[in-house]
This record gives sequence, C-alpha cells and structure tokens, in this order.
Amino acid sequence: MKFINYLESITGIGIYPLTSFMIFFVFFLGVALYVIKADKTYLKKVSQIPLDINE
Amino acid sequence: MEIEKFQYDNKIVKQFAYATMLWGVVGMIAGLLAALQLVFPATNLELPYTTFGRVRPIHTNAVIFAFVGNGIFMGVYYSLQRLLKARMFSDFLSKIHFWGWQLIIVLAAISLALGKTTGKEYAELEWPIDILITIIWVVFGWNMFGTIIKRRERHLYVAIWFYIATFVTVAMLHIVNSIEIPVSLWKSYSWYAGVQDALVQWWYGHNAVAFFLTTPYLGLMYYFLPKAANRPVYSYRLSIIHFWALIFLYIWAGPHHLLYTAVPDWAQSLGVVFSIMLIAPSWGGMINGLLTLRGAWDKVRDDVVLKFLVVAVTAYGMATFEGPLLSIKSINAISHFTDWTVAHVHVGALGWNGFLTFGILYWIIPKMFRTNLFSVKLANMHFWIGTLGIILYAVPMYWAGIMQSLMWKEFTPEGQLKWQFMDSVTKMAPFYAARALGGALFLIGAIMMCYNLIKTVKQGSFLANEEAEAPALSKTFHAHSKDHWHRWIERRPVQLMVLSLVVVIIGGVIEIVPTFLVKSNIPTISSVKPYTPLELQGRDIYVREGCYTCHSQMVRPFRSETSRYGEYSKAGEFVYDHPFQWGSKRTGPDLARLGGKYPDSWHYNHMLDPTSMSPGSIMPTYPWLLDDKVDVSSTVGKIKAMMKLGVPYPEGYENKAAADMQKQAEEIAANLKKDGIQTVADKEIVALIAYLQKLGKDLKAAPKEEVAKLTN
Repeated sequence: MKFINYLESITGIGIYPLTSFMIFFVFFLGVALYVIKADKTYLKKVSQIPLDINE
Repeated sequence: MEIEKFQYDNKIVKQFAYATMLWGVVGMIAGLLAALQLVFPATNLELPYTTFGRVRPIHTNAVIFAFVGNGIFMGVYYSLQRLLKARMFSDFLSKIHFWGWQLIIVLAAISLALGKTTGKEYAELEWPIDILITIIWVVFGWNMFGTIIKRRERHLYVAIWFYIATFVTVAMLHIVNSIEIPVSLWKSYSWYAGVQDALVQWWYGHNAVAFFLTTPYLGLMYYFLPKAANRPVYSYRLSIIHFWALIFLYIWAGPHHLLYTAVPDWAQSLGVVFSIMLIAPSWGGMINGLLTLRGAWDKVRDDVVLKFLVVAVTAYGMATFEGPLLSIKSINAISHFTDWTVAHVHVGALGWNGFLTFGILYWIIPKMFRTNLFSVKLANMHFWIGTLGIILYAVPMYWAGIMQSLMWKEFTPEGQLKWQFMDSVTKMAPFYAARALGGALFLIGAIMMCYNLIKTVKQGSFLANEEAEAPALSKTFHAHSKDHWHRWIERRPVQLMVLSLVVVIIGGVIEIVPTFLVKSNIPTISSVKPYTPLELQGRDIYVREGCYTCHSQMVRPFRSETSRYGEYSKAGEFVYDHPFQWGSKRTGPDLARLGGKYPDSWHYNHMLDPTSMSPGSIMPTYPWLLDDKVDVSSTVGKIKAMMKLGVPYPEGYENKAAADMQKQAEEIAANLKKDGIQTVADKEIVALIAYLQKLGKDLKAAPKEEVAKLTN
C-alpha cells in the first residue's frame, strides 16, 4: 500500500532532493574546509570573548 | 585607542527573569492539571474553560512561549550586551518588547480558555494575537540588530549567530504558518487546506522546536556554560560546524511528523533523511558542551549551576538521539499517536529547556543582585527533586506509549484485533498517575527555586546599570591578507542574517512548494463534497473544544488500523479542510471514519456523559453543547470566507446557507426525537453531530473503482 497517487506524475521531482543535497554538501564542505584551515590563535581569542572580565 | 565607558542594562534582564519564573510555574500548573484530567476526568470541572481540550493548548503555549520565551529573552539580553560590549540599543524598545510579550501571553491565556483557537498545534493563537506577535518580534529583532551595529567587539561570538538565526527563522515560520482569512475578530480559517495545511503546519511545528526551543538555548549554552565553568568552549571550530549544519538540516525535518499519512511519499522520505542526518550536528553541540567541562568535572560536584547545565545538555543529547530514531518510518509506525511522543517531548522540555533555564536563573540572579544564592542546599534539593521528576515523568510515558502501540496492533490467531481501543485507555491509568506525580515533583522544584531566588533578591542589592568600559570599534578594519570568507561573515551581522535566511528558505521552499504547485494534482474524489453550513458550524465547535488534542483523523495504511477504523485516509479527502485536523495523539480513538458508525442519539448521550456510552472513557463531559445555541449570524461570513479560499459552493450560496442549515438541523432533531431525546434544532450539539456524522462518509460513498484506483 503505497501512496503512488500523488505528485508522482510531476516530471523531474527527483531534481528537488538532489539539488538540496548538493547545496547542503557543497556548503558543508566549504564550512568544514574553513574550519580546518582556520587560524588557531584567532579561534582561541574569539572563544575567550564570553570570559572577558571587562564587565 | 579611546576607552569608552557605558552601562549594561540589568533591569530588563531582571524583568524577563521574573516573568520566566512566574510563567514557568503557571505553565507547569496547567500541565499538571491536564495530566490529572487524564486520571480523574472530574478535574475537567464540567466547565468549558477548564476541559482538557483547552487546558492542553494553554499548557503548551504557556511553557513554550511564556516560560521558554521569557527565558530566551532573559538570556539574550544578558549575554548579548556583554558579548558585544554595548548596552541594548534602546531602553524604550526593550520596554515595549517586555510588556508587549507579557500582553501576548495574557491575551493568549484568556483567548485559549475561551476556545478562540485556530486548531493548529503550537500555533493556536488567533489572528489579532498573531499580528501582535509579529510586531513584538520585530521590536526584538530591531533592538538586537541595533545593539549589534553599535557594538564594541568586532567579532560576533557563536552564541549571537544562534540568536540571529532564531530571530529570522521564527519570523519566517510564524508568518508563513499563520496566513489565515479572518471571519470575525476571534475566528479565522487557515489559508491552506488538508495536505498542504498539514505540511506547512509541521514544517512550522517541528521548527518551532528547532528555532524556539533549541537554537536560542544553544546560544545560551555557548555563553552560560563557559561562563559558569570559567573556561572557553571546548572547540570553537566545532561550534561553527554545529551552527551551520544544525540550521541547514533542521528546516527539512518537518515531514517526519507526518509519516504514513496522506502526505506525498517523496516528502516523507526527504524528511526522514534529513532527520537522521540531524543527529550529527546535535551531538556535535552536546559533545562540545560537555567537553567544555573537561578537567573541571570536580566543579560539577560543588556547583549547583553546573549540575543543572550538565543535566540539561545531557537531556539535549538524549532527546536529539531519540528524535532521529523516531523519524525512521518503522519506529514511527509504532511510536506515532502514542504517549511515547509525549515522553520524548518532555525529556527535551523538562530536561533541556527547564534545567538550562533553572541553571541560568541560579547564576544570573545572585550576579545582578551582588550577593550569594540564599540557600545552596535548597538549590541542590531542587536539582534532585527535578531530576527525579523528569525520570518519574518519562519512564511511565515510554512504557505507556509502547504498551498502547502493541495493544493497538495485536491480532488474535483467528485474525481479529485482540483489544478494544478502550482497553488501551483503561490500562493507562496507573501510568498517567505516575506521570502526574513526576510533573508535580518538577513543579515543586520550580516553586522551591522561586522561593530561593526571591530570598536571594531580598538579601541583595540590585545593580540596575552595570558599569563597563571598552575601546570603541575603529571605523576601518584592516583585514588580514589571508582573510577567509567565513571570518568575513563573522564580522557582518546583516549578511549573516541574510545567509541564515537563505539557508532556511532553501529547505522550506523545496519541501513545500512542489505540493502547492501541483495543487490540482491531488487526486480528487468525486464524492468528497464541501461541508454543509451546519457541518461547518459543527466543525468549528470541534476545533473550539480542541478535540484534535486527543483524537486523530488520519487512518494510516496498516492492517491494524484499517481493521479497526476502516479504509485508510486519502489526500483527496481533505481538500476542504481549513484547517486540517489530523491530530498528533490518540488518547481517544481515530475519528476519520466515525460518520454513520453510531446513531445521532449515541453522540448526544456521549457528549453529555461519555461513560454512559463507553464505560471507562476518560473524555470530559460537554453539557454546555446541549444548551448553547449555534451563532447562526456567523454562517454567512464563514461560507463567504470558505468561498474565498476556493471551496466550490454555488454562487450566492451564502444567502441560502441559513435555510439549508435549519433544514439539516431539524432532520437531526427529528432523528433524536425518535430515540426519545427532545432538543431544539438550533443547539450546538446538533451542529456537532452533523459534523461527526459527516466524517469519512464521502469516501464511503465513493464509487468502488475510484477507491481502488487510489489504493493500488
């Protein structure tokens, strides 16, 4: 018992999930690359922001 | 560089903190009342305002938007100022935000008690309140971005990204899901119908969890956990990945609330895939939080704030592990419509949101009042009683959920369903009682906290304006030659917001638009007709009384369900349902095929006293439906609104509707009279009976070949 009665007929519906996955994948890769290459001292400095005693 | 002096606004933080405590207790009391009503139906008090169907939305709205909502604003207003080294942009906007939000809460509580509801879960509030929410939300965003723009810290710490994503996504969700046609000041119909309405609603509902209960609290975690532990977050790298992956994936996951329903198969699968992928960023965030305490676990033993935060993050981990599991179709087939979902939700709500809020309150109040916590011992007691409450709540509900599901699905060797639905109801009593006890313990803990914090406030002296100083931000920024794109965005709040919006819109658009574009593709069923005026009025009573909180209208394509209820639900059946009423929980049986099952008199007696017709029932009584008259004058407006929404009534039908309504009502009254029940045709009960008798009737009337074609 499958719901084959609905939307099955739109041509190329497969492109939607495919596009979305590609967008996500490329974006994720970009972020991952950045994170790996990011400057350590800079990250360290930034992560200290909440601890600043200047308040 | 010149050092600037300025002051942090603590007053607004204090106000939101007080509101969090107050509404937390109120919301939890409503929850406890709802829990008791399932054990002792007499606690429905036979009043319209206090029946389960109205108390449950009051509970959910109060704990989500009043308790957690104020908790978000408390945490954001405290941390944002300090992370940006700037006072809030405008004290006036802060004030409007605070009082506006409290006004919304009060209006919500009153209107829900009066039965003014849209009938869409977690979005029950009627259109005037929806507009007010939009305005106040914009005020919040304006104030936040104003502060960001005049900041003295160039880099936006990760917590702020979460706040920005929250702001922009909640705005989008709220607006899209709340599009409705007003009929009167306190009545509207959803613009969407049936399958579309369901998809939009759960795209909203799921992301209300994501962007109201999760992302802002993750922002708070990234600020308050390092603060309380006095060490930086474990991995800032991980937090960047956590942020983008989480907001990207979450927005897609909505359809996992609609598995095995009449929603198109591809949309269901898409929702499942993204839900499973969600475990990665969720656990990344949890691990990041817990590992922040590496080498400092000894502190957790002594510091009650850290205790609350650690349990909160752990509960987050548990709930987000369970979430993807529940979205797998075969598991969802068992868990959906049962109390398992209730258990899952409360691990998140009590553990993650509740405990994180408590931890922050215990940390923030002594800080702002420049004193120590009144009683650490009492806070520790709160911690243990709260933890015990969560366990006592969750365990019986898991047990109950699995038991319900097994009972619903069990067949005898002869191939008959083994249990009546009522058996699964009566067997729940001890579990519901244990759950109420767990909830009561959690509530007692919260009251202890309020006492403790009030005492703390009394012994301290409040610092309304906290002095601070920081160098001004130089106008020009000299980028490092190897500057990276992501670092570029970390300095640019507006661009960050736009990118977040793009990211969440992609998910939303791809999920929803195809279903709308091919509206005409929903296979129509020739016998499915628009509601008659009387049925429409009856349906509005059904919505008003919150019947959907306990009854589904969605038969899934399982043998156990088709044997119990009848033919499974088809997309084409719901084309005139503004709003859809599929429900999400079966405390009572499914009603999709109710029409024609019982005589009119059965329904009459059942609404007056459910146990007279089904012994053991825990349904509230609805005596007022027998006395109150249907508001006939509203019919014209309602039919007109439906016509505007595309429901094919003949032209000018609104003027004939009253006569048709009268005719149908008199038929039902005559029917009742045959069974010895004297009633006047204009009572609400008559309209409700008309609606209940319509449920599923059109499909039953459909030509056999047509149904066969849909069934395949």
